[in-house]
Amino acid sequence: MTTIRALAAIIYIVLGALVAGLLAGLDRKFSARMQGRRGPSVFQPFYDVAKLFSKETLALNGGQFVIAFSFLILMVLTGALFFAGVDILLVFLALSTAAMFLVFAATSSNSAMSTMGAQREMMQMLAYEPMVLITAVGFYMSTQIMNGGQGSFKIVDIASGDIPSIVYLPGIFIGFLFILTIKFRKSPFDISTSHHAHQELVKGVTTDLSGRNLGMIEVAHWYENTFLLGVVALFFLSNDWWSIPLAVGAAIVVYFLETIIDNISARVKWELMVKLAWGVTIVCGGLNLLVLEYIF
Amino acid sequence: MAKITKSPWLLHYDGSSCNGCDIEVLACLTPVYDVERFGIINTGNPKHADIFLVTGGINEKNKAVVKQLYDQMPEPKVVVAVGICACNGGVFKDAYNIIGGVDKAIPVDVYVPGCAARPEAIIDGVVKALGVLDEKQKAFKEAKKKKGAEK
Amino acid sequence: MELFIALLILFPFLAAVCQAFVKNNTVRKISVYISSAVIIAATIVFAVLNFGKEQNFVPAGFTLGGFDIVGSINYGMLAIEFILMGIITYLSFKYKKYYAALLSIVQTCFVAWLELSGNAHAVNDYLFCDNLTLILCLMIAVVGGLICVYAVGYLKDYHHHHGAEVKDRRSFFCSMLFVFLGAMFGIVFSANLIWMYFFWEITSVVSFLLIGYTKTKEAVDNSFRALWMNLLGGVGFAAAIGYAALKLHVFNLQDLVSSADPTIVIPLICLALAALTKSAQLPFSRWLMGAMVAPTPSSALLHSATMVKAGIYLLIRIAPAMTGNLVGLTVALIGGFTFFVASIRAIIHTDGKKVLAYSTISNLGLIVACCGVGINETIWAAIFLMMFHCVSKSLLFQTVGSVEHATGSRNIEDMHGLIKRYPFLAIAMTIGIAGMYLAPFGMLISKWSALQAFVDAGNIILVLLLAFGSATTLFYWTKWISKLLAYARPTIKRKDTTSLDQWISIGGHTVMMVALCLVFPFLSGSLVTPIVNSLYGTVDFKPVLSDENLFILILMIIVLALVLVAGFVVTRFMKTKQTTIYMSGIDTGDERHYVGAFDEERTMYHANWYLSDLIGTDRLMNVATAIAAAGFIIGAVLTIGGVL
Repeated sequence: MTTIRALAAIIYIVLGALVAGLLAGLDRKFSARMQGRRGPSVFQPFYDVAKLFSKETLALNGGQFVIAFSFLILMVLTGALFFAGVDILLVFLALSTAAMFLVFAATSSNSAMSTMGAQREMMQMLAYEPMVLITAVGFYMSTQIMNGGQGSFKIVDIASGDIPSIVYLPGIFIGFLFILTIKFRKSPFDISTSHHAHQELVKGVTTDLSGRNLGMIEVAHWYENTFLLGVVALFFLSNDWWSIPLAVGAAIVVYFLETIIDNISARVKWELMVKLAWGVTIVCGGLNLLVLEYIF
Repeated sequence: MAKITKSPWLLHYDGSSCNGCDIEVLACLTPVYDVERFGIINTGNPKHADIFLVTGGINEKNKAVVKQLYDQMPEPKVVVAVGICACNGGVFKDAYNIIGGVDKAIPVDVYVPGCAARPEAIIDGVVKALGVLDEKQKAFKEAKKKKGAEK
Repeated sequence: MELFIALLILFPFLAAVCQAFVKNNTVRKISVYISSAVIIAATIVFAVLNFGKEQNFVPAGFTLGGFDIVGSINYGMLAIEFILMGIITYLSFKYKKYYAALLSIVQTCFVAWLELSGNAHAVNDYLFCDNLTLILCLMIAVVGGLICVYAVGYLKDYHHHHGAEVKDRRSFFCSMLFVFLGAMFGIVFSANLIWMYFFWEITSVVSFLLIGYTKTKEAVDNSFRALWMNLLGGVGFAAAIGYAALKLHVFNLQDLVSSADPTIVIPLICLALAALTKSAQLPFSRWLMGAMVAPTPSSALLHSATMVKAGIYLLIRIAPAMTGNLVGLTVALIGGFTFFVASIRAIIHTDGKKVLAYSTISNLGLIVACCGVGINETIWAAIFLMMFHCVSKSLLFQTVGSVEHATGSRNIEDMHGLIKRYPFLAIAMTIGIAGMYLAPFGMLISKWSALQAFVDAGNIILVLLLAFGSATTLFYWTKWISKLLAYARPTIKRKDTTSLDQWISIGGHTVMMVALCLVFPFLSGSLVTPIVNSLYGTVDFKPVLSDENLFILILMIIVLALVLVAGFVVTRFMKTKQTTIYMSGIDTGDERHYVGAFDEERTMYHANWYLSDLIGTDRLMNVATAIAAAGFIIGAVLTIGGVL
């Protein structure tokens, strides 16, 4: 068991970025097709990142490298811990620590765009953080029900229940999908930085990063996306073999659902984002928890 | 390894243009022309950009701005002057406030004439710039290697 | 051991008396150093000698050489209580705040009647000591002692800055700090409720005197607010003693907690009232905010080792009796609610000390919620939260105080780029903040255990409050750290005025903070788990954190440290081309100005978000206070009505 878990973590470290990079390429192709364009090659994200590493790096200070590097390493660590199947709360806490470094990367520059982007990034964290914690609690309670009393935050335990936890957690799944849009930086919640050109803050948090530093942030985002899709997959995993293709399929469907949302919606203001995210968290997440506590 | 020409990111700057060329530049992004199929992204940020696309001539006020934007772009980089005003000042050439084309402020690699420059011409110009960019990348790499060897 | 305990309690008082008469600055400095060193050393020796033991001291009818020492102590305490009442009454009349005098007279007379009428004859021991006492003692001695050292250097600067505005009453200030330490020792060692109440009242009065140090109108108003709220808590305490003594014939905290009588919920809710006021929970939070007017060392002391921790200590002691009843539910919900509301309030403030104050209230709310839930897992978390909070909050207050003296401002916006101007202060501050909320540091680990324990206890409301409160906590700390770590080139070079006294304390705290994170597993196994076992009469309590998680956490600390160190080393040798910030091409190159439309230089200013238009109104706090007050009253009425 330990070897399998270690293997999963290693596979993630090796392939995590590739998977998300490829998905990002498919995403761009898919978006282009929806808009009636041909779109770039599916390997375009890799060309982009390779270019960034080959270019000259202009920096404002040494701190930018340190922070971008820490962000990358912490993100890889977060994902690796997730795929190693440890405590999911620990993973989520590591995730928020990693996310903090992106804010620091932005505020280490004195530029108005970066600073503003950092404030918005913090606003996004404020919006999604409650749902993330509630998701972890939801998993715990679903294992409690499945094991008859003894709950567990461990991902290996969550993934080996008798039935997929989505059965008990439909509300939390919806809530998680909602904040996933924020985490993927997709429209309508791509307020701190965006994959698309032309936003009012130039590039938000990454405005003052260039070359190698930007490349590291980009790769870290790939790792982050793979990890997040892993969490989506976790909702569908059980101890039956068929749950694995189901989970992978669900993750892919969710990813393309996010792409569609990205293409059909316009960016909202942060006030609305926080209100919506917290509202959905209370209604979907809170109700789901109450039902689990008092009905099951 | 990394071919910079596979992922050229643009910075578009409007000098003292009449906005005619700017609309044509944006037209390149539309489904009809779809420059994204070449991996081109309009970043709007000098620190991420490889190609500096300038429309309109240079005047006293924007000369420093163009220079600063150019300086903030990491090497290797190329400059494309789009439209006749950006090439040499165009109809505004003799206006009291116009200094001239973009080359009065920064070195220009490709000139795309036209009033306004047609999207096809702009794309042509950018593709030509990619060739220059490729050369510059090779030179940049060699310089880097040489520096490394000196160390 | 009795004598040792007596020394621990009395020595700070003795030091206080000495301080009151020291007028010379050098003598004061030396005497404070010596007194603090003695207190710290004595406490450590005491802790080592009594580690892991659970003992009672001074049984009822205790005599020393045939002399009825307890009796005379009781009379002495009574006399001092009347003196305190006299001071309060005099000051209330002087400043025309009569309600404070009323509260004080009512409770003092009631307790005096209890004692003199013979209704309060102890049948059990007066003093008590176990691991929890030891932890509190260590916190009081080490953190409190260092704060006294810090105060010496700070006050010198303080009076240098404030000059003639504030009368120099340094002797009084230092003296009060030591009284505080002595009173805290008294609270944690007392088993007898009346003794505990005596020290409890001393802390109320001393905090009142410290807050009013500057004697400005604001200071006087705020000090009276602190006084009446704490005296209200004192009335609750007195009521609890009265009920316990008259109806239940119980005089000891331990006996009260283990009593099987269903009516113990009545003294419990009264004690909870006392603890909630002391710990500045809603609806009594306002006094702690007002306490900010006092010089920084007293804030550091009130917020970390003493005062607010007295309330927490009491709640941890009575937590086993609160498990699953209405008192526990009331306390838990008020705690959780305070955690959430105070963390929202912390967002709107630019004043560093105010943010710290709200974060204190907020974190105490979490600890109170843990105590209210009252199962062994939450008590484990509560004790750890208390320890981490104590050290990091003390550290933060001191660094803010030093930064204020160095830069002339404690506004968080003015701390922009502190890492470049005062790197050591900025690093100490960052470690303090990281200790408050970042994984893998301690506070967060405890929060995490609390979350799991809340789920186990089936309290979904608390889970939701914790989830939302964590998000807001994350927000206000992150924006603070991001200001500190902004790499802005300093415009003016200023000397770091932090004196050696201050550095001794700040350095000591920083080391403690890091050490606490590293020896966390050891502390859990050898110190905290036994406490939980003894409080709940179990032998096999296991904290919610598994060994695997602890291993991963330590791994995370190592990775983070390695990455940061490696990053800094690499950047030393890496040649990166410098550039200017992106400012749409009109940056003037110094990161602070840009060229305006008329070719003139304009200053650029950007600030953090404080959302003051959204949540900046006092209405939020007023509504929250009203809700909490209503909640407490309903809880109290239902509790008392349920058993009568």
